[in-house]
Amino acid sequence: MTAVLEVEGLKTHFFTRAGVVKAVDGVDFSVAKGEVMGLVGESGSGKSITGFSILGLIDPPGRIVEGAIRFNGEDIAGASEERLKTLRGNRIAMIFQDPMMTLNPVLRIDTQMIEAILAHEKVDKREAWERSRDALGLVGIPSPEERLQAYPHQLSGGMRQRVAIATAFLNRPDLIIADEPTTALDVTIQAQIIHEAQKLTRQTGTAMIWITHDLAVVAGLADRISVMYAGRIVEQGETDLVIDHPLHPYTVGLLGSVPSANKRGERLYQIEGMTPNMLDLPEGCAFAPRCRWATDACTPPPGVQTVDGRQIRCVHPRREGVTA
Amino acid sequence: MTDISADTATVDETAKVETPFQRFRSEFFESWIATGALFLLGLIIILALLAPYITPQNPYDLGQVDVLDGRLPPGSEAFTGYTMWLGSDGSGRDLYSAILYGLRISLAVGVASGMIALVVGMAVGLVAAYAGGRVENVIMRLVDLQLSFPASLVALMLVAILGKGIENIILALVVAQWAYYARTVRGTALVERRKEYVEAAQCLGLSRTRVVFRHILPNCLAPLIVVGTVQTAHAISLEATLSFLGVGLPQTEPSLGVLIANGFEYMLSGRYWISVFPGIALLLTVVSINLVGDHLRDVLNPRLKK
Repeated sequence: MTAVLEVEGLKTHFFTRAGVVKAVDGVDFSVAKGEVMGLVGESGSGKSITGFSILGLIDPPGRIVEGAIRFNGEDIAGASEERLKTLRGNRIAMIFQDPMMTLNPVLRIDTQMIEAILAHEKVDKREAWERSRDALGLVGIPSPEERLQAYPHQLSGGMRQRVAIATAFLNRPDLIIADEPTTALDVTIQAQIIHEAQKLTRQTGTAMIWITHDLAVVAGLADRISVMYAGRIVEQGETDLVIDHPLHPYTVGLLGSVPSANKRGERLYQIEGMTPNMLDLPEGCAFAPRCRWATDACTPPPGVQTVDGRQIRCVHPRREGVTA
Repeated sequence: MTDISADTATVDETAKVETPFQRFRSEFFESWIATGALFLLGLIIILALLAPYITPQNPYDLGQVDVLDGRLPPGSEAFTGYTMWLGSDGSGRDLYSAILYGLRISLAVGVASGMIALVVGMAVGLVAAYAGGRVENVIMRLVDLQLSFPASLVALMLVAILGKGIENIILALVVAQWAYYARTVRGTALVERRKEYVEAAQCLGLSRTRVVFRHILPNCLAPLIVVGTVQTAHAISLEATLSFLGVGLPQTEPSLGVLIANGFEYMLSGRYWISVFPGIALLLTVVSINLVGDHLRDVLNPRLKK
């Protein structure tokens, strides 16, 4: 499998008045053609910033300070705005969390979709319109001709997210970054949206990075999972392996706190402590203060090691599996 | 069963074809005050437009104005035979005719200066909001400086420098008012800019001008329309003020302000009509525009929605 995207040692820092926030601090991963990678983590773990870094949409005071982002072999980490503009929406598309907010409320669906095509290709409006209609049909929107004439407020949340997905797939991108696309939706709609996204990646061979805090969502969708904590990937591997036999104490804790893993009537399991202050990260492993297996060995930052076909950043991998 | 499904089908149908404008229109006409004000405003505009055809006299044509008709009370008969329902002023102008002609000037000046100030202010405000940094600072401090002077003072000074004449009045009013628009647009654009649909548009690889004019600007229009109507009313009263003070439009082509000023000297001698009738016309115009603008704000502001 050839990698569509390779991220190597990516560091995106925000230089705020209060200090440097290392939102993304040395992230490595790659996504192959047709592969779905789940990027899992709590709020503030840097998963969305990773996505925005790939698109080159980090606003000051933030910037990419180090690392390479190779897209089809080309390093786009420091590419010009012009170059990035030709990639955005064309080769790399994005799907956002809240479909209520990502469509412009005063423009009709057709205007917004056609514009997305015309920004990158010289085709006549009629053809762009037909492609938009077909794209809406592909994501399971009934009577797409009529929906094209609608304004966003006339569509339901699930419908709008379908429109957003259709727009992302319009130009047949090589990579789609989906930033918590189902978080704002009902559970039943979630399942449908995931199904549509999965179907489309299979059909088109598009690679996808699915950013979420919900392990249950990626469990059934992603081929591989990367778990992020405090700006770093702490565990990365095949979905089945990570879900069934998590090695990193944080992954163990995350899986343990999924409600279905807990017994009815008992107190839900939760990871002790709070997510660390990004301005003042503990030395060494950022998870150590919350980790019950932490020892002095955790103080120098743990390097990446390969254990059981996975990359993890921990000196005490939990080989015994879930003990939480 | 069939009835119900047919019913929902029609409901769906209407929901589908209702554009934002149609929704806005139906909400606007819910208020009878606003509807009445809009009707009155429409009437005033039509009367002003048709003035040459429905007035017995052209008050600007000195050949038709007879000094012998001067200061006649309302209802008197003029020398040439028609009835002066609203009386006449000191130079023998039929007040009814003079008011309609005056309205033409007042409305034209108000709308023209309002529109030009809107375009200028909008462009400046958008640039400030989108460019940010030093550009924004310079522009907004300039706006603050401008707004710290009373608009009438700015206009007065400019007319004093530029001289009389319609173009100069319009120019002075534009200068006195662009800052209101700039501030409004910049404020709204800053909010809109942070919204996700702008980020999404950027993610689609759209050009910067397209994002600004096609995506951000239409979302800033609602407050702009409101400020536009209120500022147009303001421009009309400003022009009347300038004319009243004698630095506005020339005596030979009286606007409402000039008419009020002309009648002012007769007020104490009991000839109230020369000032009062133009004053009422001015009042009705400004109030009706303000009422429309006020209700526009209610309808266009999503936070005030029921």
